[in-house]
Amino acid sequence: MITGNIITDFSLLILFLPLVAFTVNIFFGKRLPRQGDWVSIGAILITLILSLSMLLNMFMNWDPDFSHEAKFIWMDLGAFKIELGFWVDNITIVMLVVVSLISSMTHIFSLEYMKGDIRYSRYYAYLGLFTFSMNGIVLANNLISLYIFWELVGVSSYLLIAHWFEKPSAAAAGKKAFLTNRVGDIGFFIGIMLMFTAIGSFNIQEVFTGVSQGLIGGSLLTLAGVGLFMGAVGKSSQFPLHIWLPDAMEGPTPVSALMHAATMVAAGVYLTVRLFPLFSPDALLVIAYVGGFTALFAASIAITQNDIKKVLAYSTVSQLGYMILAVGVGNYIAAFFHLLTHAMFKACLFYGSGSVIHAMHHSLHELDDHDTDPQDMRNMGGFKSKMPITYLTMTIATLAISGVPFFSGFLSKDAILAGSLGFAQHYPQHFLLPVFGFGAAAITAFYMFRLIFMTFHGEAKMPKVFKGIHESPRVMTFPLMLLSGLSIFIFYTLPYLNPLSDHGWFTELIRAGDSVVPGNPTAHEIGEGVHHAHYTAMALSLLVAGLGIGLSYLMYLKKKLSAEVWANKMGLLYKLSYNKYYFDENYDRFLYQPLLKLSRAVAYVDWDLYDKYFINGFGRVTKWLSFLTGRIDYDGLDQSIVDGIGRATQGFGKQLKQVQTGRLQNYMLFALVGVIIILVIQTI
Amino acid sequence: MDSLTNYLFVSVVLFALGLYGVITRRNGVAVLMGVELILNSANINFLAFARFGGMNMAGHVFALFVIVLAAAEAAVALAIIINIFNNFHTINVDDVSELKQ
Repeated sequence: MITGNIITDFSLLILFLPLVAFTVNIFFGKRLPRQGDWVSIGAILITLILSLSMLLNMFMNWDPDFSHEAKFIWMDLGAFKIELGFWVDNITIVMLVVVSLISSMTHIFSLEYMKGDIRYSRYYAYLGLFTFSMNGIVLANNLISLYIFWELVGVSSYLLIAHWFEKPSAAAAGKKAFLTNRVGDIGFFIGIMLMFTAIGSFNIQEVFTGVSQGLIGGSLLTLAGVGLFMGAVGKSSQFPLHIWLPDAMEGPTPVSALMHAATMVAAGVYLTVRLFPLFSPDALLVIAYVGGFTALFAASIAITQNDIKKVLAYSTVSQLGYMILAVGVGNYIAAFFHLLTHAMFKACLFYGSGSVIHAMHHSLHELDDHDTDPQDMRNMGGFKSKMPITYLTMTIATLAISGVPFFSGFLSKDAILAGSLGFAQHYPQHFLLPVFGFGAAAITAFYMFRLIFMTFHGEAKMPKVFKGIHESPRVMTFPLMLLSGLSIFIFYTLPYLNPLSDHGWFTELIRAGDSVVPGNPTAHEIGEGVHHAHYTAMALSLLVAGLGIGLSYLMYLKKKLSAEVWANKMGLLYKLSYNKYYFDENYDRFLYQPLLKLSRAVAYVDWDLYDKYFINGFGRVTKWLSFLTGRIDYDGLDQSIVDGIGRATQGFGKQLKQVQTGRLQNYMLFALVGVIIILVIQTI
Repeated sequence: MDSLTNYLFVSVVLFALGLYGVITRRNGVAVLMGVELILNSANINFLAFARFGGMNMAGHVFALFVIVLAAAEAAVALAIIINIFNNFHTINVDDVSELKQ
């Protein structure tokens, strides 16, 4: 039994150990043996052990209502107080395990993947910084520290995406990620400030209390909710701010697995899960539609991409859309469940792609071929025999993401689909939400198997390169095996063994809290709807997954259906998807360019008009005035009065010194005259 | 004839002569002699007041002190004049005007 104080201590350690690793490596990393990677790995493994012990404690106590808060006052400005602290409950603990587990795997995987990198120690330092800030988000008990860590995560994401900043595309991708996130963060900040103005506290639980007391309501609450959700839109890469995540694949692949698949992008979902009770019905609708649309929309882009990491990136966007959709329809425990399972299998997929890219890289390097793209799936094929472990683990993860029974993705995806179906049964006007969900499920199954078939099956498209392909070393395959193992259903359904069950420790320990917004349906009502739709949803999801896999099988493995013919048939749609719906181009044309023009116009007004005429004019007038006063001062005052006094004193002295003759008798005479004068005066 | 006024009159004359000598003489020794005259006019005053005023013996004692002082002064002053002569080769006080600015 671990008591509250120990929980606080553990949380502190979990939070600050990665920061220590960051500090050590950023300053001394280069001078340490092995460039300091052992510092980071040691710190992260301790973090993992601590969070696992907290998880174990959670199971042993089996208390769904467990909640522990520790805080201190950080700033006390009278009426305005800011507290910092932790809020640890079961959701936090599970999330801590996810973050530290994936982070540890990334640390280990990078040992081989990043070997010989020019900024090896800095890379590990930044991983520590990221883990620190991510744990900060997970543990935060108030919106201000949440926001601080939110931004820190953005910074570390920027630093890691632009790790190879010699490549202009990587530098640009880092910048893009940071700036796109900023757009969402502005909304997030507005949301926080609206809440604070209305309720007067940043503490999340006090905010809940305030909302339930009706301190904030109506459209203002919706606005605040949408504002807070904006932060999640940016960080979780939802439409219309999804553009940064695919570009973020410029970063090292382990980083993509850690941040842009499993944890950082899940921060947005985690935020909405944490803050779920305060979203008003309208805000939830916005959330549901944004999430649902993103799920389908990103999946439709993933179909046509040829870059292995781009496919996974769009797949991540789509899966995050799923989670957001689940939050929107009120089934936020399913969203968190999917976050957990998705973190495992998507990180596994990314490590797998990293393993493939690593092998391609080495093979190409030996051939001295620097033109072939090691990430393009059209250059791969048939890797199954060469990389059996990577193939097997990636296939397991693919089965999981496609929603095949016996794997984790099936359980969580099913819960989400059941939630959206239940919601649509209750509110038939929102029939689009389950359509988005099931559509995305079908497409997901299709493109994920397309990835597997194109990479691992068929004949090698570049036989020369194929010859040099080798399985990656143990350091890289170990995380793959571990994470694909964690994609098996059993870890999530315990203590039940039914692979189709919609119950398990997860649904019992992580209990849905009621919305605090007056009038929202309670968790029980939502649960009823979900339960009601469970079997329909399961049948439908199996059907669409089978459809997607089957189509992919026919198209890419059996070649019964030609992908080219279909692409031509689809014509415009194919082109749209292949070019990602021209989002970057349109943003460029309709947002950046006008913005640049506006900025240039403002700069013109500022520099060429305001500065030139007003500021410089001011300067010129001041100079002239100074010259004038200078003349008055030097030539007038100094010459006449100041120098005059001096001259007068000098002249006076010159006259007076004549008296000093040096003749004693003169002095004597003066004394006599003086005495006589005194005597005369006295007598008068 | 034997009254205070007469003595004081002599004393004033002596004082005036002494002062005149001090102020007008160019010779250092003559200046000294003027100083002696002044001191002696003071002595006459003391004795006159001892006789006719109320000073009694105190006047006599003062006069004796003044004589002693005059002797000492003459010794020191003559020494100074010898030094002046050694340095300037003159005892004309007008030429010894080093105090002049």
